Amino acid sequence: MDPGSKLPLSPHIQIYRLPLTALLSVVHRATGVALALGAVLLVWILALAANSAEAYGQLYPHLASWYGQIFLLGLIFSLYLHFCNGIRHLFWDIGMGFDLEIVHRTAKFAIFAAIVLTVATWAIAANLEL
Amino acid sequence: MDNLSTPLSRVKGLGSAKDGTTHFWRQRLTALILIPLVLWFGFSVASMPVDHATLVGWIQQPAVAIGLILLILSTFYHAQLGLQIIIEDYVSTHSTRTASIIIVNFLCLLFAIIGVVAVLKISFGA
Repeated sequence: MDPGSKLPLSPHIQIYRLPLTALLSVVHRATGVALALGAVLLVWILALAANSAEAYGQLYPHLASWYGQIFLLGLIFSLYLHFCNGIRHLFWDIGMGFDLEIVHRTAKFAIFAAIVLTVATWAIAANLEL
Repeated sequence: MDNLSTPLSRVKGLGSAKDGTTHFWRQRLTALILIPLVLWFGFSVASMPVDHATLVGWIQQPAVAIGLILLILSTFYHAQLGLQIIIEDYVSTHSTRTASIIIVNFLCLLFAIIGVVAVLKISFGA
């Protein structure tokens, strides 16, 4: 292209601030990949539990440790974020919620709902240990 | 574009991927079934102690085993469809792309089977 051209160079990805909607779109894919790995973890836990109490017992302290808890919290939040944003996608699929204003509002609501679900799940689990 | 496709291809409406909207539709169906399954699984596991005896006792209830098998199958089907889209979007070399999709499909099938067998083994008394 002619260097002196006044044609716009957009979107210039390194200096372009992603709108919340675009960010959520990328995050939906990222959490999807993370959750596929989470599903493998679930299968691994089930296989250990099916094998023996000892095999399962060796993994358990890792999940209960501080790094295991941070990992699980991240995984649960990823699950609920993908879940809530996925429902947002399903509404789009039936032709609802395409207005720009509504698209931004549902983006914020999906994040809010994911936080609420994460806190609720975590509170139920934590309450059990007391 | 229309004049480049044959009348037969147009009437079939399956496009260049030869499967029309099947991929899209199955991703939505698995998403829909996962809504109740994920809520049930998340809140069930959160509301019980996860020592071995409790977990095994829980899975040995037939309704729980059925729910878990449904969850595992729909999760890995949904994951396979989603990962395929991501690979198709970001891996541009044709051979690498095809190989990645084959590997992902195989791994999703493998882990789904391991999960189902584990649930069945526990539910029939490990």
